[in-house]
Amino acid sequence: MKVRLALTRMLPVWAVLAALLLGMVLVALAGANPVSAYRELMRGAFADLFGFATTLVKTTPLLFAGLGVAVALRAGLFNIGAEGQIYLGGLAAALVGLYVHGLPAILHIPLAMLAAFAGGGVWAFLPALLKVSRGVNEVITTLLMNYVGIYLVSFIVGGPLIEPGAPYPYTRPLDPATNLPLLIPATDAHVGILIALGLALLLHVLFARTTLGFQLRAVGANPSAAAYAGVHVNRTLILAMVMGGGLAGLGGASEVMGLKHRLFEGFSPGYGYDAVVVAFLSNGQPLGAVAMAFFFGALRSGANIMQRSVGIPVAIVFAIQGLAVLFLAASLVVQRRSRAREPRQPWGAQHIDVAKPAAEAVKHEPL
Amino acid sequence: MSLFENALLISYLTAAVRLTTPIGLAAMGGVLSERSGVFNIALEGMMLTGSFAAVLGAHYLGDPWLGLVAAMGAGAMVGLLLACLSVTLGANQIVSGVAINIVAFGITTFLARALLRPAGIEQVPSFQPLVIPYLSQLPLIGPVVFAQGPLVYALFLLAPILTLFLFWTPWGLALRATGDHPRAVDTAGVNVGLVRYCAVTASGVLAGMAGAFLSLGHLNLFTENMSAGRGFIALAAVIFGKWHPLGALTAAFLFGAADAFQLLIQTYNLGIPYQLPVMLPYVLALLALAGVVGRSTAPAAGGIPYRVEEA
Repeated sequence: MKVRLALTRMLPVWAVLAALLLGMVLVALAGANPVSAYRELMRGAFADLFGFATTLVKTTPLLFAGLGVAVALRAGLFNIGAEGQIYLGGLAAALVGLYVHGLPAILHIPLAMLAAFAGGGVWAFLPALLKVSRGVNEVITTLLMNYVGIYLVSFIVGGPLIEPGAPYPYTRPLDPATNLPLLIPATDAHVGILIALGLALLLHVLFARTTLGFQLRAVGANPSAAAYAGVHVNRTLILAMVMGGGLAGLGGASEVMGLKHRLFEGFSPGYGYDAVVVAFLSNGQPLGAVAMAFFFGALRSGANIMQRSVGIPVAIVFAIQGLAVLFLAASLVVQRRSRAREPRQPWGAQHIDVAKPAAEAVKHEPL
Repeated sequence: MSLFENALLISYLTAAVRLTTPIGLAAMGGVLSERSGVFNIALEGMMLTGSFAAVLGAHYLGDPWLGLVAAMGAGAMVGLLLACLSVTLGANQIVSGVAINIVAFGITTFLARALLRPAGIEQVPSFQPLVIPYLSQLPLIGPVVFAQGPLVYALFLLAPILTLFLFWTPWGLALRATGDHPRAVDTAGVNVGLVRYCAVTASGVLAGMAGAFLSLGHLNLFTENMSAGRGFIALAAVIFGKWHPLGALTAAFLFGAADAFQLLIQTYNLGIPYQLPVMLPYVLALLALAGVVGRSTAPAAGGIPYRVEEA
């Protein structure tokens, strides 16, 4: 029994390992030695201070946005729009950094972060509203919002906000008071990772110990039952999405304020999609998301070194990520069958009504 | 010069019909899959896989038609994967679909850089317009509709054929019933799993065709992530078209026309930053979803795995 519990708890780890193994096949297919490729990857991610700092830098947006996807997942919603929310958060933070001056860092940084939370939150609010009021599937709307958000930021950075004479679309530098302090001197690692870790702890407590956390899970598990128990289902769904968008927006802010100190066109190379993987693999658990974000952050950081030394394209990271989710999705079902009861996972294999809004499900409640 | 001979209008509408094709073909796949009860967010990944396979096939077999076959085969494989996950295993369809999209993006990008680029595969044999005699002489309609590539005709033939299939044949009835009330279908002796397998695999074939159109009928090469969200727009077309092949085709034309409009604006360089028109198809798809979605038109059992022992 204990062995089985250990096995099932470790399912995401097994899924990742299986994906890494299959990744070795891809490496071999590309004509490189898989073992030495992975050795280079590990070396790049951890061997020296610079590599480790890069790993932390890549972990930060993955964790922020991963938490954002996780919050929605708790409430049974699929927030696949973290990428767009990252962009809007970065934009909002940059606006505060460009147009607000004279504040001390202790006020300026929180103000910019707050703006980023609002920016990402607004981007998630629209799909949430459509979901609740018109029953539009949030998967499609959040995905479409990604494209709009990316092009919107590209337009603003390439037009109204572009620094005159810039060879590539980026803004003037932000007010230095918004710069996040460095965590490791002489590297890129900034304190954004600490903020993200703090938020992960906060969410862990919120999920486990508070009424709101319970409401989120109740709505995610069974909206009709939650409504019957007196939970405002629609309000909870909107709150979960907006919180999620806000958290992803913070990821954008930390990129802008911690790394380049300007807003760049295309500043997120798909962190929002990594975040979906992080949240899926950690099953919506904030502490699990920390581990997964760190792992995939290391993969992203190490992959750059691997590309340079062994010539294996960085894109292999995406293949490994997707495969890990595929393996986990499949294995959760096997686990559920072997235990013959409903999974604890909010998204394991249960019925999630994708076509109808939760509000409608509530209406069908006979009592 | 009359309206019907207006070169600008003709070139715009020709582009609109052309850009309708990938969205429309994928949307046909979406209709089949969702009518059978399987929510298919993986259309995007199927399309991208199709684009890649089409280029490989056209290059190594030296013929765009064989590239198309390769794309359809690759799409079918991805469809089988989704069916295996969502039908046989009963895994969450959204998680499976999202995962397939990420894998498809990762593997095609990886292989494009690791295989296509080192092998120097760029331009491949591609589809040429098939000008239909006499009909192409018609004013306006002729050049717009009857001087297109073969996959464009395929779409305009497929939409009515699928409509006939879905609404006028016993197989179509079984497929629709499977999406609405699988238990009843099961009781009537139809194999729910088999119907869904066929529908999802067929949707993979159609999305693969859509992908082949992008790389063999539109650009003649593979570029990373070249589906660019068209699979998601196709899903919006499915919903906007109320899960009906002709409705989905109409919706796809709307989005294709928006896509052509943004190209037109870029081509004529009116001083509008390119990002604004490029957003247009996505914004239009969002507006369509927000505005016109009927609440009760979705297949009732969509997204729900069916298990016999549940009775």
